[in-house]
Amino acid sequence: MKLFEHEAKNILMKYGIPIPEGGLATNINQAIQVAARLKPPLAIKAQVLIAGRGKAGGILFANSVEEAQKAAEKLLNTHVKGMPVKSVWIEEKIRVKKELYFGITTDRFKQCYVAVASAVGGMEIEEIAAKSPERVIKVQINPQQGLFPYHTRWIAKKIGYTGAQILELAKTFEGLYCAGRDYDAELIEMNPIVETTDGRFIAADARIILDDNALFRHPEYKKRLLGEGGELTQQELEAMKNDLAYVKLDGNIGVIGNGAGLVMATLDTIQYYGGKPANFLDVGGGAPSERTAVALRIVLSDPNVTALFINILGGITRCDEVARGILAAKETLGVTKPMAIRLVGTNEEEGKRILKEAGLHAFNSMEEAAQQVVEISRREGR
Amino acid sequence: MGILIDENTRAIVQGITGLQGSYHTKLMIEYGTKIVAGTSPGKGGTRIENVPIYDTVEEAEENHSANASIIFVPAPFATDAAMESIENGIKTIVIITEHIPIKDSISLMAFARQNHATIIGPNTPGIITPGECKLGIMPVHIFKKGSVGMISRSGTLTYEIAASLTAKKLGQSTCLGLGGDPITGLNFIDALRMFKNDKQTETVVLIGEIGGNLEELAADYIEKEKYPKPVVAYIAGRTAPPGKRMGHAGAIIMGKAGTAESKIEAFKKARVQVAEKPSDVAELMARAVHLSSMDR
Repeated sequence: MKLFEHEAKNILMKYGIPIPEGGLATNINQAIQVAARLKPPLAIKAQVLIAGRGKAGGILFANSVEEAQKAAEKLLNTHVKGMPVKSVWIEEKIRVKKELYFGITTDRFKQCYVAVASAVGGMEIEEIAAKSPERVIKVQINPQQGLFPYHTRWIAKKIGYTGAQILELAKTFEGLYCAGRDYDAELIEMNPIVETTDGRFIAADARIILDDNALFRHPEYKKRLLGEGGELTQQELEAMKNDLAYVKLDGNIGVIGNGAGLVMATLDTIQYYGGKPANFLDVGGGAPSERTAVALRIVLSDPNVTALFINILGGITRCDEVARGILAAKETLGVTKPMAIRLVGTNEEEGKRILKEAGLHAFNSMEEAAQQVVEISRREGR
Repeated sequence: MGILIDENTRAIVQGITGLQGSYHTKLMIEYGTKIVAGTSPGKGGTRIENVPIYDTVEEAEENHSANASIIFVPAPFATDAAMESIENGIKTIVIITEHIPIKDSISLMAFARQNHATIIGPNTPGIITPGECKLGIMPVHIFKKGSVGMISRSGTLTYEIAASLTAKKLGQSTCLGLGGDPITGLNFIDALRMFKNDKQTETVVLIGEIGGNLEELAADYIEKEKYPKPVVAYIAGRTAPPGKRMGHAGAIIMGKAGTAESKIEAFKKARVQVAEKPSDVAELMARAVHLSSMDR
């Protein structure tokens, strides 16, 4: 779960990390109130869960309350990179001497968290690593020990600081580590953390991605994720509530399959034959017929979908259950869009018989079915 | 033969009284796996599928000399179950459970390393050595004894590819699901090392997907070690957009890291054949087997 900048900054603040003075506004009146208690110049930042919002016009500046109001009017209820702006964060602009990077992420190979720091900040860390790998410092964190103050001091020193500044900077690193640990963040970063012209350190921007699988330990965020105003679309929300994995894509062939790897491979195969998938949807293992029906409803609620591809390889999943689910959904939803079905595995014969009686053909090979659906989607597209 | 499990494997099932645990206990026994005991705290003294159930791993291990465990315990309690097995000397542990938090997995893996235990998963369909033993939930009819070793991050995609190998009379030595999570016990390199030393295994199929860099590291290993057995790879997620989790917790492109292109390129650089579509794996493998038989 991605957190908004204002959520991330509030967490950082709790851990003693300095952030710019600021406040959140969801409407113009609030924006005026927040701006009035701050010292200009101000930055007005659209709260959207997308990288590169600055370049996309999502951050504006103001030298007075009136200008801040205008900026808020410009941003609120518009879109930045396709994402709706439902709130803005208004904060005092800081005087930047230098932008740094500090974050904690996971190292899959070493099976641990890793602290990453760089004396170059403000752009994506992968970009920094690609351009100047020698300027990226990594410390693998021993899971039984954690990140100690001597580690953070070492990092501060390595990125070029001396004297009392080492201690101050190290303290922000330690705070970030503790925040990430306590909130089950799979990624937490200050990018940039800024050295101000008067030598202090302030987290100018913060990004936190919480581990979805740990949300049971953080019910307040789970509630926010499933509530209004989050980043999820209607389809994603419905999928999540039904324990399905759904990702919207920009093509026109709706896809349903069982198993994440198989569905990814299905999308790739559709593209291989020249088609464009409209979504990723994994109905999971043991999909009973109702889940198949919900999956169909979600996929078909995307108006771009002109044809459907259902790819089921039954292991735990039973083909007859899936076949009944397809027919039930077809009837209740009144599905008229053409579909290609691939159905093999447990109870395959029964599943195919059920479909055949309803006049539906089921393929044995996913490649053949993919070719077929690409073909019909072309015809439908005309 | 094969890796990690064989006919000498004596397994316990942790979470044996749950819906999945009891169902798959039955199927594993039907396949010939020696399931010697089960655990379910609070239900000790009862039986399921004629398997004795204990409250603790200690009792199960003492009474039945178990040497492996398979875990069906729900995510919030699964790492506790795994640690109990590790502390009682079980060395091979398969964690079927999905949705275990990363932080818990990281602690678990550190504990396993310290105690020299091997963790398979979490979020894995398990492992099968066809004809001998299965510790997992995979449908068995698609597997056949043979000489292809399989390593994969995905369940159904493994079944898809195993079925097409079997159809081409390319049986399997062991099929190992690493798991779809970002943090898993075994990785591709661990498995490649084991297959290298396994006499039954002559070729290896490696099924990767977007997210992380473990495929790239595996490619690097294959190149540097001059890996002695032919490897065919397939990578799922060529069409996946960045920043979106594709079903598996571990299947996500972060910024520009973890793309299918990067993995495919790494394998090509290591002269590993990369299949364009799942069914091409069996084709490429058939050709690789034919070529290596001509070498001999």
